[in-house]
Amino acid sequence: MDQFTLNLIFIGASFALYFGIAIWARAGSTAEFYAANRGVHPVMNGMATAADWMSAASFISMAGLIAFTGYDNSTYLMGWTGGYVLLAMLLAPYLRKFGKFTVPEFIGDRFYSKTARIIGVICLLIISITYVIGQMEGVGITFARYLEVSKETGLWIGAAVVFAYAVLGGMKGVTYTQVAQYIVLIIAYTIPAVFISLALTSNFLPQLGLFGSHDGSGMEFLTKLDQVVTDLGFKAYTEHNGSTLNMVLFTLALMIGTAGLPHVIIRFFTVPKVSDARSSAGWALVFIALLYTVAPAVGSMARLNLSTTMWPGAATGETYSQPAVSLADIETKPELNWMRTWAKTGLLKWEDLNGDGLIQYYNDKATEGPAAEMAAAQGLKGNELPTVSNDIMVLANPEIANLPGWVIAIVAAGGLAAALSTAAGLLLAISGAVSHDLIKGAINPGISEKSELLAARISMGVSILVATLLGLNPPGFAAQTVALAFGLAASSIFPVLMMGIFSKRVNKQGAIWGMIAGMISTLVYIFTYKGWFFIAGTNMLEDTAANWIFGIAPASFGVVGAAINFAVAYIVSGATEEPPAHVQELVESIRVPKGAGAATHH
Amino acid sequence: MNDKQAANAYWRANVRIIWICMAIWALVSYGFGILLRPLVSGIKVGGSDLGFWFAQQGSILVFIVLIFVYAAWMNKLDRDHGVEE
Repeated sequence: MDQFTLNLIFIGASFALYFGIAIWARAGSTAEFYAANRGVHPVMNGMATAADWMSAASFISMAGLIAFTGYDNSTYLMGWTGGYVLLAMLLAPYLRKFGKFTVPEFIGDRFYSKTARIIGVICLLIISITYVIGQMEGVGITFARYLEVSKETGLWIGAAVVFAYAVLGGMKGVTYTQVAQYIVLIIAYTIPAVFISLALTSNFLPQLGLFGSHDGSGMEFLTKLDQVVTDLGFKAYTEHNGSTLNMVLFTLALMIGTAGLPHVIIRFFTVPKVSDARSSAGWALVFIALLYTVAPAVGSMARLNLSTTMWPGAATGETYSQPAVSLADIETKPELNWMRTWAKTGLLKWEDLNGDGLIQYYNDKATEGPAAEMAAAQGLKGNELPTVSNDIMVLANPEIANLPGWVIAIVAAGGLAAALSTAAGLLLAISGAVSHDLIKGAINPGISEKSELLAARISMGVSILVATLLGLNPPGFAAQTVALAFGLAASSIFPVLMMGIFSKRVNKQGAIWGMIAGMISTLVYIFTYKGWFFIAGTNMLEDTAANWIFGIAPASFGVVGAAINFAVAYIVSGATEEPPAHVQELVESIRVPKGAGAATHH
Repeated sequence: MNDKQAANAYWRANVRIIWICMAIWALVSYGFGILLRPLVSGIKVGGSDLGFWFAQQGSILVFIVLIFVYAAWMNKLDRDHGVEE
């Protein structure tokens, strides 16, 4: 069976599964549409949260992000997992006890203000729309690569699939679809990882292989990797090379940003009890960790694999003990077939600059050391493998390891599962904000249950259409998910939720001005360096470390924005009157678990 | 006012537990994983050092344990204060 047919079968079967689940678990009421009737088992919810959370970026790009930077990008690993500790202790249980449907609804009730609720909706929409464009693009690219259709066609197919199961199923359908998608994506991620770990370290578990020894050389794996990459003129993998301040701030921005993402928070509204919300965050992290502890192993092993493919001598001995891989080998050898496949996508590119028939991969910016000496000795005119996309580290793995066609097909289905599950979660958050917070909350409070359910479905359909159109013509901000979505979640949503729970004194004015200050300061800082609304050329300062205030990178600024939010909220609240008695009682009641069941039927 | 005092005592106990857990959360990630890495670099872990292990694997494992410990601790606290569901 050829690869195309296999891809078609695996992707088709996974889609059929999602449709089946959606029909079985379709939503019949708003309580089911927004919160799955609060009947989701905490372990199930943990699994759904893991799929909801792990996006196309986690699945496809993260291993590569770590692979090419090494230790310094551990920020992503710690940041994107540490946020769950904050969720479990600072937000999820109390918001579950509050017992309503959306994040802006809590902000509106706790701060007894429609304005606060609308600001919450605006933040939610900016965050979720930025995030969803990336998912739709991921769907388009995956389709284009594996099913030989254009990116545009792929996007429309993806949109139709999400439409079918998310609009029908609501939170209830999406929850069980996400559980299935988690299983597909974790299998797809793990199988190639186990094989690459076995091949390089004889260790069945990639997590142990990373800290084990390397088969070819007998050295410890990480020592070997450090040696090879420094020989090639790159910075040592395990060493700290960048700014410590930014490493700390960026990790913290990712952590509090994760905890403030509305589409993740609403998942915890679906469990039956407050105590379930706590343990469910733990289960979510268990399932996330299954991928996140494999990712650094996949990344580092794929990087060593790539290096030893380019320099065959490095596999067993000194890096330069044999000549570099020849152009003829790349173009004809069956085991290098993957290079030819991926060259077609533009994610990998080589060029024999000096015409010696060999392709030398090295860092041509290194002015001294073994790489510079080798380049001088061999008369090189520059790095001859100028393009290696981060994404190859995961997507090409099964081919590099020479795994059977069905593994490639399941990786394709896994990439789609990661993108679709996150897109569905985001679309739920968006449609809830539109139908529940805007339509029911602000425009037409007297709307009937049935009409609200219809409004929720229509707003989800419209959101899918908007996300698809934006995915077809991605605006500049789509590439800035990390800076924009995490920055805003950290600087606006996380602080206001935390203060709403942990302080009885922060009032309406404090919350409103705090959110505005956090959001504006973060946006202005990002726009200053990235361009106003990310339009190229409109940035007021060049985006380099020398220009950053106190050396703080724009993507790390969410932490400062959060601090500004907290400070403004406390100062303004202190200068204005206390919140009314019924709001203080609300805070007291969300702090104790007792009575959560009753809150469901408000 | 007895109810109120009991609720306050429960909340103070919860906040204390959160502080303890957050201290460990910060120690393994920002501490061992980043700032204290040079101090513990003498401890070798498979081709690198303890700080690298915490940054890439250890902190995540500690986070998981931390959440389950918190959840169990709070279940006990809920029962002790009679506020369980």
